Amino acid sequence: MASTLLQSAQQAVEIAKRLGASDVWASCSQSHGVNFEMRNGMLEKVEDSTSRGLSIRIWADGRYSAHQTNDLRPQSLESFIKEAVAVTRALQEDPFRVIPDPELFQGRSNKDLDLVDRSIGSITREQRLDMLRAMNQRIQGQDKVLSTTTSVSTSENESAAASSNGFNGNFETTGIFVFADVVLDEDGKRPEEAFFGGGHHRDELPSLEEAADTALLWARNRLGSKKGPTKKTTMVVDPRAGGSIVGRLLSALDGASLQQKRSFWNGKVGEQSVSPLLTIADDPLLVRGLQSRPFDNEGIACKAIPIIEKGILRNYYIDTYYGNKLGIAPTTGMPTNRILALGQKDRDSLINDVDVGILVTSWLGGNSDGATGDFSLGVRGHLIERGRVTNPVSEMNVTGNLLALFGSLRALGNDPWKYSAMKVPTLVFDGVSFSGT
Amino acid sequence: MYRLNRREMLGVGLTGAVALTLPTFLANSGSSALAALANDAPVDPFLDWFGIDESMIAKVMAEMMSGGADFADVYLQHSRSNSVRLEDGLVSSASTGIDQGVGLRVVVGDQVGYAFTEELTLESMLGAARTAAAIANGSNKAIAPQRFTLGSTQSFYHSKVPWDQVGIDAKLPLLLRAESMTRELDQSIKKIGVMWTDSDERVLIADSSGKVIRDRRPMSRLGVTVTAEKDGKLQSHGSNLAGRRELSWYDEDKLRQVSKEAVDRTLLLFDARRPPAGEMPVVLAAGASGILLHEAIGHGMEADFNRKGTSIYSTMLGKEVAPKFVNIVDDGTQPFERGALNVDDEGNPTEKTYMVKDGVLSSYLHDKISAKHFGVAPTGSGRRESFRHVVMPRMRSTYMESGPSTREEIISDVKMGIIAETFTNGQVQIGAGDFTFYIKNGWLIEDGKITAPIKDVNIIGNGPEALKNVVMVANDLKLDTGGWTCGKDGQSVPVSQGMPTVLVSKMTVGGVNG
Repeated sequence: MASTLLQSAQQAVEIAKRLGASDVWASCSQSHGVNFEMRNGMLEKVEDSTSRGLSIRIWADGRYSAHQTNDLRPQSLESFIKEAVAVTRALQEDPFRVIPDPELFQGRSNKDLDLVDRSIGSITREQRLDMLRAMNQRIQGQDKVLSTTTSVSTSENESAAASSNGFNGNFETTGIFVFADVVLDEDGKRPEEAFFGGGHHRDELPSLEEAADTALLWARNRLGSKKGPTKKTTMVVDPRAGGSIVGRLLSALDGASLQQKRSFWNGKVGEQSVSPLLTIADDPLLVRGLQSRPFDNEGIACKAIPIIEKGILRNYYIDTYYGNKLGIAPTTGMPTNRILALGQKDRDSLINDVDVGILVTSWLGGNSDGATGDFSLGVRGHLIERGRVTNPVSEMNVTGNLLALFGSLRALGNDPWKYSAMKVPTLVFDGVSFSGT
Repeated sequence: MYRLNRREMLGVGLTGAVALTLPTFLANSGSSALAALANDAPVDPFLDWFGIDESMIAKVMAEMMSGGADFADVYLQHSRSNSVRLEDGLVSSASTGIDQGVGLRVVVGDQVGYAFTEELTLESMLGAARTAAAIANGSNKAIAPQRFTLGSTQSFYHSKVPWDQVGIDAKLPLLLRAESMTRELDQSIKKIGVMWTDSDERVLIADSSGKVIRDRRPMSRLGVTVTAEKDGKLQSHGSNLAGRRELSWYDEDKLRQVSKEAVDRTLLLFDARRPPAGEMPVVLAAGASGILLHEAIGHGMEADFNRKGTSIYSTMLGKEVAPKFVNIVDDGTQPFERGALNVDDEGNPTEKTYMVKDGVLSSYLHDKISAKHFGVAPTGSGRRESFRHVVMPRMRSTYMESGPSTREEIISDVKMGIIAETFTNGQVQIGAGDFTFYIKNGWLIEDGKITAPIKDVNIIGNGPEALKNVVMVANDLKLDTGGWTCGKDGQSVPVSQGMPTVLVSKMTVGGVNG
């Protein structure tokens, strides 16, 4: 199938060239997804979807634009591309808009990234129902359970791309994920938690018992939660919440933010900016990685790059256009799997070392400013007292600046969260401002 | 796609960490099935808009209902959208798109079978119909209609010049003008971005009662972002205008408004500080502060959560939840607003729904499934992101009606607190009722007087408690014209919101300690 998609992409390139484009990038994708959802033991939703589409980037007369359609009938496609070329010509000329340098296509890895499990396409309706029943059974009817929703979803995806300057590529992925959600009844309040896990292969699924029991345990841990005190204290971030805060730290590393002067990282390459404990690499070639891929959306051959080494920024995410504008070489504009260097201890041992603090298990809303790094986030979690996790807390905020926060990183765990492309272990920060009562 | 029951509200074009899903897309196209079609009054709604006929729909419907169903519907959609961007003084980036398909839904009790196809051929649609029908258990024997009758709809956003008749050449001058207006406002401005999007969407809904409804839905948005530099420090912010508007709405006054807001909001950040941390009174400025209603009560009143008993409001209907002067509505009938809808995505007419009337919790927001469950009429709140998605009860335009106080009275009543004025995003946990919203610009109030600008503050509170703590409502209701998008279970829909000046006596303010 992938080769059919590649042919479609190549055809789109030819059509666009014929209709007057000077350069063309076309990509085609197709995906099939199935999702079964059960609530309180009853099948509630069955979704089945097949999607496909064409994206095309066009350069003409020093101008550029991008287009997409899912109407792939030959006659429609021809007039769609014709119009796309016309739209391109109506824009202003921009010397930095050029097709990616074919040199960057070279050196594509042959490594088997192992992103496909052929057996996923043959999972039957009855097998899906069995999985749902297995999770539901461990939750429904348990003490205080008001409602439980479980789901299992699978996907099979193919994509291919071709360009007028010699790029050809395609790759496939599959995915399978389970989800278990639990709502408890607690005197009018209804604490809710959910577990979500899976990967490219069936054998990457958590056990169904683990998924169900974890969701139930997390929900139970919320019972009796109260607003904690307003104070400056140690913050321990659970691995399941770590991806979000690290994602914020890495959010303004893209070329557009830098060139448009909206990045607190501007000019910081080579500088000690955060704790020397922090080392982060971007690895698109991680075997079975959730964001692994052989080439990026510009065709740049993927390779691992250091982002932060011992607290020193090493690389930005730079695509062709902003590389040209900034006068620096492109790396890639596409973040993939982010891998943190690990510490020695697990979460509970790290908590043991904390006299007083707050363990954050999830965030609620909030935001950060890419230009300054200032942030303020809602949190839920538990108090830490004398090295022990105690009462659950909710309805609190943490507030500060991302560079200062990661400057105060005191320890990392050895326990990265499995079910995320962001491989973040337990994080311990000193002197964080919490708002509560 | 699978998330905890947290609902997100995203401001457009600001510093959000979450990607938006506005339709990417296109105008002036000769490329689609719709190319040569009439705009507003098709003689045959199937043929003219989607190139299929009544007998095809009848066959598909029969297949969908073959295993038994309470009801079924067919949702045909075609949209084209465009975006154009100005950066560093040049309009050198545009994108266009076409998206079309049909979503087929079979409903048995609370159960939903759903499938879609992007190919509008009989064969593809019959295949999808069989998949959707697999939810059925054979117990129900509603009969599929053979004939369909076109129903009429309200008209809240008729365009004299639809977006598919507006070429990109008509939009370029608008972006360039907004840029030059913005640049003239302050010398500290280093970077200006202007982003334009428009879309033209046609939907046709046919259901198992034999009713056919069609709707044409325009949408447009203009956003300006600014980065300014003072004493070596950089600050960035922006503003945007949005609605089911046509090109002529974006006149000189509108461009001036959005440019000025973008610059004013950015420059304020240089002097802004963080407020003290902890619980304090919060004054919600008239306008976009409706985000509090969206998060604190709106999501919790969507009837799917209440049908399942998982919302904190599940047992509160008919109870007093706020002072008598509090009236909170969700309204699809405001002309040309971003949240306006002639019909919802099940073909039900939209309405103005009071969620809180005189302080009493009065109605949930219903789609057909929840309305049937509760034995009430749908409120026209059944929405979906596209033909790829199942219908859910959703908000449209959410606001509080004006009250008896004035803004001056409210501010002078606060000893130590803050005013919340511009926002980027919010979120809520349905079951616990805890909600947040993020303030980008605001003010500190000390001894009844505004003393300093503040920035980057997350507010967290509990829905029912916040409603109880609404102690004053002013007489200055203002609808916000920003391009808000609401996310629920991975589906994004456009919404609007509004608010008069309101005092909440106590919420937890994300500030700094000592």
